[in-house]
Amino acid sequence: MDFLRPTTWAEALAAKADRPEAVPIQGGTDVMVELNFDLHRPAALLDLNQVAELAEWTSEEDGRLRVGAGVPYVRLIAELGNRLPGLAQAARTVGSPQIRNRGTVGGNLGAASPAGDSHPPLLAGDAVIEVESAARGVRMIPAAEFYVGVKRSALEPDELIRAFRMSPATGPQYFSKVGTRNAMVIAVCSFAIALHPAERRVGTGIGSAAPTPRRALAAEEFLAAELDWDARLDPAVLARFGELAAEAASPIDDVRGTADYRRHAIGVMARRTLTWAWNEFRSGHFERRAG
Amino acid sequence: MTRTGSGSATPVRAPRDIAAPGTGGVGDSPLRPDGTLKVKGEFAYSSDLWIDGMLWGATLRSPHPRAKIVSIDVSAALAHPGVSAVLTHEDVPGRKHFGLDHTWDQPVLAAGEVRHQGEPIALVAADHPETARRAMEKIRIEYEVLEPLTDARRAAFDPAYPQVQPRGNLARHQPVRVGDVEAAKARAEVVVSGEYRVGIQDQAFLGPESGLAVPAEDGGVDLYVATQWMHNDLKQIAPCLGLPEEKIRMTLSGVGGAFGGREDLSMQIHAAMLALHTGRPVKIVYNRYESFFGHVHRHPAEMRYEYGATKDGRILYADVEILLDGGAYTSATMNVVGNAASLGVGPYVIPNIKIDAYGVYTNNPPCGAMRGFGAVQACFAYESMMDKLAEACGLDPVTVRQVNAASQGSELATGQVIWAPLPMAEMLRQARELPMPPPLDASDIRNLPGGASQTTHGEGVRRGVGYGVGLKNICFSEGYDDYSTARVRLEVIGGEAVALVHTAAAEVGQGLVTLEAQIARTELGVERVVIHPADNQVGDAGSSSASRQSYMTGGAVMTACQAVREGVFALAAARLDRPLDTLGDLSLVGGKVVSESAGVLAAIEDVLGDAVIEETREYHHEPTTGMDPVTGRGDSHTQLALCVHRAVVDVDVELGLVKVVELAAVQDVGKILNRLSLEGQIHGGTAQGLGLAVMEEIVVSDGKVRNPSFTDYLIPTILDMPPMRLEILENADPRAPYGLRGAGEPPTLSSTPAIVAAIRDATGLALTRVPVRPEHITGSS
Repeated sequence: MDFLRPTTWAEALAAKADRPEAVPIQGGTDVMVELNFDLHRPAALLDLNQVAELAEWTSEEDGRLRVGAGVPYVRLIAELGNRLPGLAQAARTVGSPQIRNRGTVGGNLGAASPAGDSHPPLLAGDAVIEVESAARGVRMIPAAEFYVGVKRSALEPDELIRAFRMSPATGPQYFSKVGTRNAMVIAVCSFAIALHPAERRVGTGIGSAAPTPRRALAAEEFLAAELDWDARLDPAVLARFGELAAEAASPIDDVRGTADYRRHAIGVMARRTLTWAWNEFRSGHFERRAG
Repeated sequence: MTRTGSGSATPVRAPRDIAAPGTGGVGDSPLRPDGTLKVKGEFAYSSDLWIDGMLWGATLRSPHPRAKIVSIDVSAALAHPGVSAVLTHEDVPGRKHFGLDHTWDQPVLAAGEVRHQGEPIALVAADHPETARRAMEKIRIEYEVLEPLTDARRAAFDPAYPQVQPRGNLARHQPVRVGDVEAAKARAEVVVSGEYRVGIQDQAFLGPESGLAVPAEDGGVDLYVATQWMHNDLKQIAPCLGLPEEKIRMTLSGVGGAFGGREDLSMQIHAAMLALHTGRPVKIVYNRYESFFGHVHRHPAEMRYEYGATKDGRILYADVEILLDGGAYTSATMNVVGNAASLGVGPYVIPNIKIDAYGVYTNNPPCGAMRGFGAVQACFAYESMMDKLAEACGLDPVTVRQVNAASQGSELATGQVIWAPLPMAEMLRQARELPMPPPLDASDIRNLPGGASQTTHGEGVRRGVGYGVGLKNICFSEGYDDYSTARVRLEVIGGEAVALVHTAAAEVGQGLVTLEAQIARTELGVERVVIHPADNQVGDAGSSSASRQSYMTGGAVMTACQAVREGVFALAAARLDRPLDTLGDLSLVGGKVVSESAGVLAAIEDVLGDAVIEETREYHHEPTTGMDPVTGRGDSHTQLALCVHRAVVDVDVELGLVKVVELAAVQDVGKILNRLSLEGQIHGGTAQGLGLAVMEEIVVSDGKVRNPSFTDYLIPTILDMPPMRLEILENADPRAPYGLRGAGEPPTLSSTPAIVAAIRDATGLALTRVPVRPEHITGSS
């Protein structure tokens, strides 16, 4: 197995163009598990740890945040927790402190596992994934179009994930994950919600309850049509939202849980997270905090 | 281990009128010699063993739970660069089978047929572990895959069910019969019944199976292994290698936890075969995935219970069937069945009993010893039944247990009389009267069900309280003489009296080496105690299991020290030139020989001079009997120990998630030898019971394990295991050294049913299976 160690982004792209079969590795919290379990024996590993710019984040002129693929969860929580609260909540549930020191959103995207904790808040928050190849340059892929199958993404073999772009929250965001342990647990299923008050829109993301992470589109459309942004949350609207979110899932039975339970739990988490977000929004607490 | 702590302020060798007892003796909590190293990650476990020039062994295992092996072709593997040997069953030098106890039915390497997923078939030795694994993949095996036999009930009762192995499908059926159950059924005013299931729990020790075999010049082999019982390993290893036992030198390596999972052999014979074949040292280390196939698990159980009682809750009869699935080979199944049968109704006085406990063979994962050993499964069922009876009679769960509680002088189901104190009713009262934890503080999500994953801010959360009582036999039962041996040597080194304690007992993390030194300090009045590495150059110490090492090896060290002490007294009499019987009652305290009447006679160092006193003693517990094969009658247990748990849980009833808020335990340990270690055992046993209650299960379908990893086999974290409130009682067992009771297992029994009872209390659900999964609570399918 070759171990490729580019020190610049240009070198990394060149290496990936040259060796499209090379598996990129950042924190190694996912890739190394696969190697240790002997599930994959890639011909080459492409170590991105020395590409310094991947570990940086910036505020762009359009107001969005551009977060390098190598920013570990622990920094996301500490440095961007106020601006990307849903993603930070999800990051807090990833593995153990040691894993959060090493693991990155970039790696989560690269693996594209339906159970990855980053995906639901990226979907709810309208994130865009910035990928690049030496041959074709930069491509911007909306999160909703990034996940194409079980552990498959829209990434081409010669492309690398450079960053994701996401607007700082303009409304409350929540992430909720069911696991059979109270910490350090892989998702049985998860749900993220993001209120976008300016657009009078609610974003959603479902994790580990379908072949890919996905939005609950019908549930979002329902809220866009039925949610009265100037009133208390109508229990009937809340209940219907939960039903539609559950219907958006297409889970399977596996060793971590049953399809039936997952569908049920998605509905419960959808109702609860919307309630938390709505209460926070209506209390004005979010504006005060963001302001 | 060396200890040079302070303590006696008296200068050595200066007899004074008063001898101050030293520190670190029985009843103190000296720090463990291995503690700091383990916390800092510097302790050398068996997986850290290294010797120059060693090869790495790998084990090819069956992917199928049941298949005929049509052919094995090792030529491509043998031709792989870097490979030194590829061995199959044809290369086993001696006996082809091994096993615990007297049932040698497990092939060293499969021949002709595989009977469980992960059964070892071939071995590779190579100069690098990755090379060994890659060569392993080149071994060509042609299988004729067969339908796995996975139905334990059919294995037990259907004569037409195909046989898993030549022994037939029933490993053991042990009945227990007391009184007349049929007649009692006519008199019962209240009848309750239930069917209960226990899933497969894994020991989940953190240090995977590993060890090193070094070929010796005499044609023998030196084995460095992590095991629970070296001498029993040796009894199996030697015949399979075709070597006399004296040519196999065993040394205990750092053991990373055991919990029963190291009673059976794993890599011992394999590494030795490769070492003898290649003439080079061979190391084998399983990874986590392989470890799940490298040891036996806790037997899964199906249990049917029916109790009849009077309206006021007095149990009249128990009609019980316990079915334990042992997998393909016998391992410890015989004794697990014995425990399940003899302790099938637990610590309750029931005048009419019919218990039938069965252990069967299937192609499911092999099961054997695990902390609690047959008593855990039964305890979940009988405690669930007590709660059911309480509800049927309108009694509270504590009262119904007190009404039927055994006590000193009561008879167990086997007719064995409980000779030692057993204040169960009082312990239940204490558990109930302990202060309750404060109400839920929902301001921190880590306090809530779902914890850090933020599934609730308090919605759907209901609190419940439950009780559990467990009775565990300590030491081996059913006539087994599981003695222990200790050699103790006392001499002056560098001007100071030093005791050397040598046993073959396995320190598996429980703190035995700390305790051995404490006993030597107390018995010999010295400060410095050195623990010799455990090996087979001293007699058998029995297994580090059945909560027995404090009792048995503790007893052996105590008696060997007492023999050494007699030698010191005799020497003192000689040095003082006085007859021994004129010196009065002598003791060794604070480095001095002390006479009760005359005070300090001399410093131990002055008495010893250049003399070396060494004594070896075996310690045997009082003999037990077998269980009658028809009635189950017999004085089959050495000692019995009780733990009572009260569990408080918060349950998110909408999502089916559980947060155990508090676990309180009342346990009678006879005598606290080391409070720190003891509390660790109660905490750890309780946590393992918590794991079984709400998360730990090896999930199997069609004989195959679906979750052989710590990603999907979950064990409790610090956010799952709550703080504990402990009440530790010291009602001495007159037969045991220092009056002690084994303590490691009883809390593992009682915490599981206490937690499930608390979940039932919160949800109103029946919950007849552990672990309780979220979908059992939400009612999802």
